[in-house]
Amino acid sequence: MAKYLLKRLFYLLLTLFLIATITFFMMKLLPGTPLSNESKLSHAQIQMIYHTYGLDKPVWQQYLIYLGGMVQGNFGLSFQFDNQPVSYLLATRMPASFQLGVQAMIVGVLLGIIVGGIAAIRRNTWVDGTMTIISILMISIPSFVLAILLQYYLGLKAGAFPVAGWGNFAYTILPTIALAGSPFATTARFIRTEMVDVMSSDYIELAKAKGLTQTGVVYHHALRNSLIPLITLIGPLTVNLMTGSLVVENIFAVPGIGEQFVKSITTNDYPTIMGITMMYSVLLVIVLLITDIVYGIVDPRIRLQGGQS
Amino acid sequence: MENTENENLIEVNNLKINFNTYAGKVKAIRDVSFHLKKGETLAIVGESGSGKSVTTRSLMGLNADNAEIAGGEILFHGEDVLKKSEKEMQEIRGMDIAMIFQDPMTSLDPTMKIGRQIAEPLRIHKHISKDKAMAQALEMLKLVGITDAEHRINDYPHQFSGGMRQRIVIAIALICYPEVLIADEPTTALDVTIQAQILKLMKELQEKIETSIIFITHDLGVVAGMADRIAVMYAGKIVEYGTVDEIFYNPQHPYTWGLLNSMPTLDTQSGELSAIPGTPPDLLDPPKGDAFAARNSYALKIDAEQEPPFFQVSKTHAAATWLLDPRAPKVTPPAAIAKRQAQWASMHNEAGELVRPETPVTPTTTFDDDRE
Ligand SMILES: Nc1ncnc2c1ncn2[C@@H]1O[C@H](COP(=O)(O)OP(=O)(O)OP(=O)(O)O)[C@@H](O)[C@H]1O
Ligand SMILES: [Mg+2]
Repeated sequence: MAKYLLKRLFYLLLTLFLIATITFFMMKLLPGTPLSNESKLSHAQIQMIYHTYGLDKPVWQQYLIYLGGMVQGNFGLSFQFDNQPVSYLLATRMPASFQLGVQAMIVGVLLGIIVGGIAAIRRNTWVDGTMTIISILMISIPSFVLAILLQYYLGLKAGAFPVAGWGNFAYTILPTIALAGSPFATTARFIRTEMVDVMSSDYIELAKAKGLTQTGVVYHHALRNSLIPLITLIGPLTVNLMTGSLVVENIFAVPGIGEQFVKSITTNDYPTIMGITMMYSVLLVIVLLITDIVYGIVDPRIRLQGGQS
Repeated sequence: MENTENENLIEVNNLKINFNTYAGKVKAIRDVSFHLKKGETLAIVGESGSGKSVTTRSLMGLNADNAEIAGGEILFHGEDVLKKSEKEMQEIRGMDIAMIFQDPMTSLDPTMKIGRQIAEPLRIHKHISKDKAMAQALEMLKLVGITDAEHRINDYPHQFSGGMRQRIVIAIALICYPEVLIADEPTTALDVTIQAQILKLMKELQEKIETSIIFITHDLGVVAGMADRIAVMYAGKIVEYGTVDEIFYNPQHPYTWGLLNSMPTLDTQSGELSAIPGTPPDLLDPPKGDAFAARNSYALKIDAEQEPPFFQVSKTHAAATWLLDPRAPKVTPPAAIAKRQAQWASMHNEAGELVRPETPVTPTTTFDDDRE
C-alpha cells in the first residue's frame, strides 16, 4: 500500500510539473501584453516595466524563475491588482468558490442518486420518462443559460433570492442551483444506467429468491453496487464544477476564483493565470487520488489487489 | 395409493404462461402439469428455450414483469401460489422454496461478505439475532464443504473459485431448511470434475435436510444419479414423464429419443452421437398439432393437424406422441434406443413392472463387451 501511494505521489507531481510547463508556454502565446496603455508608453518605459517583472529575460529563464517560486508557494505578484501577491488573491477568493462548489456537488450528487435510483426502480414508467427528460434538459442546457434563467425568474421577477452579489447564505442559493445542474444530471443518468444493470443481475435475482422485499433488495444489494462506481465520476464532476464556476460566478458577481480567472485572462495577468491554473490542477489531482483510494477501500475486489501489490 | 396422492408437495395443473413482447405474445408455457412428492427429486430436461426456467420461476412468483399467467394453478401444500400476494410470496421464497442459479460467478453480491449473504435468509425469515444467524451460517458453510470456514466466512465472493461459490449459493439456499429446492442448471457453468462434486454434495444434503428437489438441466447425462423421476419438456410443454429407468430404458417420445442419442454414454461409438436436427418452433406462433413434428423423422400425418394427448405407458410413465395410439403404425426407433428398449423388455412385463430381481440400472453401465 505504501509503495502504491509513493508511486501515485510521484505521478501526481509529474503531472503537476507538466501542467505548469504547458500552461507557462501556452500563456506566452496569448495575444497582447499585460500593458493596457502600451501605446502611450515610450520604449524605455516599457523596458523598465518589463524589467521590474522579469519579462525582459529570455523565456527559459523566466520559466526557471517561475518554477522555483512555485515550489515555494510563491506565484509572484498580480499585474492588475496593485501588485498583490497571487497567493494572497487566491486565499481571499478561495472560500466563496469552495463553498459554492461543495454545496453544488452535495446537492447535485444527492439529488442525482435519488432521482436516478427512483427512475431505475420505476423503469419504463412515466416516472422514469419524466426523470429522463429532466436530466437530459439539465445536461443540454449550458450552466450560464440556467444561471440567467434562475437569476431572471427567481431573482428578479419573483424576488425570492438576491439577484447577484455575495453575503449571507441566501446569496449562495441561486449560484449553487445553477452549478448543481450538471452534476445532478450526470449523476442521475449514471445511477439509472448502473442501477438498471445491477437490478437485472443474477445476485439481485438471488436476493429476491431469498425472500427480500423490494426495498430490502434495493437497500441491501442494489444501492451499494451502483454507488461504488459513482466514485469514479467525482473527478470529472469536479472538472465540470470548475468550468461551470467561471461563468456562474461572473453572472452572479460572486467574488470567487472563477470570476478572478476570467478577469486575469482578459488582462494577460500572467502570474494570476498561472496561479489559478496550478491551484485547479492541484485540487483536481488530489480529488482524483482520493477517489482512487476511496474506491479501493469500498470495493472489495480492488481492495484485494491493492493489498497484494 | 390415495395417501401418496395427498403427499404432493407441489402440484402444477395446466399452467399456461405468456410473455407480452413488442413482437407479440410469446407462449412460453403451454399447458404444463406435474407434481413433486416429499423427499423426491424431479428432473426437468429439455433444450434451451423449452420453458424449464419459466416454469420453475413461476413456482416462486419470480417471473419477469411482462409475464402473464394465462391459466392453470400451482398448488403448494394445496394452496394456489398464483393467488398469493407479493408479501405472502416473500414469506415462501427462501423459507419454504429456495433456488440455486446456473452461474455461481454472478449469483453472489460482490460487495457483501459471504457470511452475511448466507445469514440473510435467516435474518429475514426467522428474525434471529445477528450473532445467532452468523453461527448458523458458519455451520452451513462447513456442511457444504468449505474448508477453514471460520476464516472464510469473512471473505468476499471473488476470493472463491466457481465450484466453491456454487457451494456457497447452495448454503444460502439451504440455510432455512426449505421443503423444496429448485436447482436451475446448477452445474452447467462448472467443469466436469467440479460438477460431479456439486451433484454429490446436493445428494448428501438432500438427505440431511430432507428437501425435495426440482433439478433443471438440458443434459440428460447428469440426471441419472440425481433424480427419481424425469419430465421432458419441449416448446413449452411436457412431452414425456416417468421414472429415471423408464425414461432412460423405455423412452417413447421421439424427442426423448433424440435427447438420449445426443448424450454420450460409455458404449457410444465415435460419430454415433447426434444432435437433434432443426430448431425449436417460434413460440410467438406455435405450430398446430405436435410442436416437434417439423424435426421429427417419425412424424405422422396427424402430427401436423392435432396435438397428441398423453398416452399412459405405466402408472408412472406417459408420453404425448401419436406413435402410442393403437391405430398408429409400428415404428422402429433408432438402433441405440431399440437396444435400450430391448434391455428394458427383458426385465419388465407388459405393465412395466420389474419381473427379475433388480439389477442396478444406470445409463453408464452396459452388458456389452467393450469392443476395443
Ligand atoms: N421476459 C421474457 N420475455 C419474453 N420471452 C421470454 C421471457 N422470459 C422467457 N421468455 C421465453 O420463454 C421461453 C422459455 O424460456 P426459459 O428461460 O424457460 O427456457 P429454458 O428452458 O430455461 O432454457 P435454458 O436452457 O436456455 O435456460 C423462451 O422462448 C424464452 O425466449
Ligand atoms: Mg433456463
